[in-house]
Amino acid sequence: MIISLPNTTASEVSKELLRARQTSGATTQGRVFTLVVVTTPAEADEALAASQLAATEHPSRILMLVDDPDAEASGLDAEVRLTRGSASSETLVLHLRGEVAAHPASVVTALLLPDSPVVVWWPTTSPVSPVDDPIGALADRRITDALGDADPLQALRIRAANHQPGDTDLTWTRLTRWRALLAAALDQFPHPVTEAVVEAAADNASAELMVAWLASRLGLTVQRLTSEGPGITRVRLVTEGGTVQITRTDARHARFEIPGQPDREVALPRRILSELITEELRRMDADEVFEETTRALLARTESGKVDGSPSEGEHQ
Amino acid sequence: MAATDPGRPTTIGGNPLRDPRDRRLPRIADPSVLVLFGVTGDLSRKKLMPAVYDLANRGLLPPGFALVGFARRDWADQDFAQVVHDAVKEYARTPFREEVWSQLLTGIRFVSGSFDDDDAFARLAETVAELDRNTGTSGNHAFYLSIPPGSFETVVNQLARHGMAEADGPGWNRVVIEKPFGHDLESAQELNAVVSKVFPPQAVFRIDHYLGKETVQNMLALRFANQMFEPVWNNRYIDHVQITMAEDIGIGGRAGYYDGIGAARDVIQNHLLQLLALTAMEEPTSFAADRLRSEKQKVLSAARAADPALHSARGRYVAGWAGGREVGGYLDEDGIAPDSTTETYAAIRVDIDNRRWAGVPFYLRAGKRMARRTTEVALMFRPAPHRPFPDMSEMDRNALVLRIQPEEGVTMRFGAKVPGTQMEIRQVNMDFAYGESFTESSPEAYERLILDVLLGDPPLFPQHEEVELSWQILDPVLDHWAAEGTPPEDYLPGSWGPQSAVDMLARDGFTWRRP
Repeated sequence: MIISLPNTTASEVSKELLRARQTSGATTQGRVFTLVVVTTPAEADEALAASQLAATEHPSRILMLVDDPDAEASGLDAEVRLTRGSASSETLVLHLRGEVAAHPASVVTALLLPDSPVVVWWPTTSPVSPVDDPIGALADRRITDALGDADPLQALRIRAANHQPGDTDLTWTRLTRWRALLAAALDQFPHPVTEAVVEAAADNASAELMVAWLASRLGLTVQRLTSEGPGITRVRLVTEGGTVQITRTDARHARFEIPGQPDREVALPRRILSELITEELRRMDADEVFEETTRALLARTESGKVDGSPSEGEHQ
Repeated sequence: MAATDPGRPTTIGGNPLRDPRDRRLPRIADPSVLVLFGVTGDLSRKKLMPAVYDLANRGLLPPGFALVGFARRDWADQDFAQVVHDAVKEYARTPFREEVWSQLLTGIRFVSGSFDDDDAFARLAETVAELDRNTGTSGNHAFYLSIPPGSFETVVNQLARHGMAEADGPGWNRVVIEKPFGHDLESAQELNAVVSKVFPPQAVFRIDHYLGKETVQNMLALRFANQMFEPVWNNRYIDHVQITMAEDIGIGGRAGYYDGIGAARDVIQNHLLQLLALTAMEEPTSFAADRLRSEKQKVLSAARAADPALHSARGRYVAGWAGGREVGGYLDEDGIAPDSTTETYAAIRVDIDNRRWAGVPFYLRAGKRMARRTTEVALMFRPAPHRPFPDMSEMDRNALVLRIQPEEGVTMRFGAKVPGTQMEIRQVNMDFAYGESFTESSPEAYERLILDVLLGDPPLFPQHEEVELSWQILDPVLDHWAAEGTPPEDYLPGSWGPQSAVDMLARDGFTWRRP
């Protein structure tokens, strides 16, 4: 059910929501947080689809802010979308036209779920300091995606420099499966790591985070080699007992190599946006391991070790 | 960098890549072999095989995982793989992904034979050894006995004889058994003796699939993560508790299993008494499995069945209409003897002798062919001590209902004023559903169980002490019924059980809730 409310106000939208809820007979609010998605008209559809998929695991109120500052007439258009079946989630698409786009918090504040956490997600470009953004300031969790930026590496460094507890970036989320496999590898082969190598496409932001994470966890200088990609293609951990190695073989598989054990093919699918968002929404507290990783990333940047272009890659 | 940080983070198990604060990283089980006995059963196809796939799909199975089927079928590995494939396609909760399937497929094996066939178990031992060598499962084996309890002894002894139950091998050997754990105290003790002769207690995983870990943890969270419930959780405010498990179906094709077992043994002994324990126990000092278990044992040892002559009921469904369909009676089911005295409905009263619950009867009922399918724990509150409202009846009492099935959640029932000039009070329900607030794709009970087995997590499921305590509570009732020797009282399908069940509560001044 979609209810359109052209040229409206936040309190009208609120009333309409209440009315819709009373008609549907759903009288308890199972929604556990408000997800605010800050988008532009061009990217709204994809972000909406991903948020709604994520909402099947995390029933929430989704506020899609579609900024259109260049619109001729200033005003707020709203759509209330209630999905039957996944009745637990409600979506409000809010078009902020003209001057209203400069005052998004005035709209959002009136529509947050009472007493529940607020998550804000910028699918593409995001503020330099998310916590100081008017919407970001309302939120407990702020999700950015450096990959949505024209220069992901630079964007990631800016994130790291401005990191505040509650911030995470999807470049980090994209690493979870890799990190899980590496951790499992050392569970199975518990030897001290003496050398670590990450091979990935040039300019890959997730690879930089991987390097920083390994460096901070292992206390080593991690080598960064450039490959054809896409993304991270191999991580090698050298130990005194032999080499542990995980190599991406195609978009969905990897080869898992541990000394003394047969090589195994494991699933390593590239995850779609909705899965990334779903993972992010699982935790409302600060990700301290990510924070440490961003610190390690900054330390590397300062010592000039970040691989900005293929020619800077270190080779054995 | 962090290496020189004074606050260098801790690790888990010495693995520098694991950090207790890093909650994104799942715990992945050791490389291991899961051996399934009884692969042709419904449970295997509908629950176990899909759960294995779902775990793999969620990235929770280790690289190097193998699934071995054992059954009396003339199958090759690929035939079994096809069975698993079909089961996964039909019943898995997560989407089918070719890459996940291909990862599983490399570790699927089948061994053909019967339980008393030494050669077959020798082949099983070889197969497992081959997997240990070639897929790196490192001697870790879990044996899932999805088979009738009568065969436990044979299988467990075969495993021991062929060296698959060793506690001091290179890896671990664990065994999973399903309820019923015996049919009375004595047989439960015998069964335990058989299993514990071969496997140490921490290697034995008893599963009660109606009572998943998620349910247990939800109940614990409601009681102990909140301040507002515990103060009223006692005999000062609650006057009785009703624990119900109703099924709208009959026994289906399970005559062979069900006849001679009946509702009390099938349901009350295990999960209704577990629900009682979780509802009535004191707060454990931590949620470690052994602490939880000791609280459950404590309350179960304080519980006893009230005089069955006055406070029990048993029934049997007859032919009639249920849910708009004409259905046969219990005696019409295939394979049921005409002189059967098995009950399909059982209700008992349990009293708990401790300070918190003295004087609060717990009524437990389980039945088939009831009006609807539901499992719930209802705490019924005392009436308000003074009722200034003229229209309020004695029956208007508050209730707090923990719904377990089909829609897990919590209902609070309380009185509210009807709008208008009259001072009229009506009871209203406030509902909360877990499925609405959290995840429709949460892991299924079997997924969590299989993962716990592979991780070696001490299960929240009962150990043999609890099983035996439960039998101690139920045995006097069963003995009383056996001594009566009469067939159970008839009840209509689609009803809420026999008249004697109504009388049994009326005797105490209560009525059953209509769930």
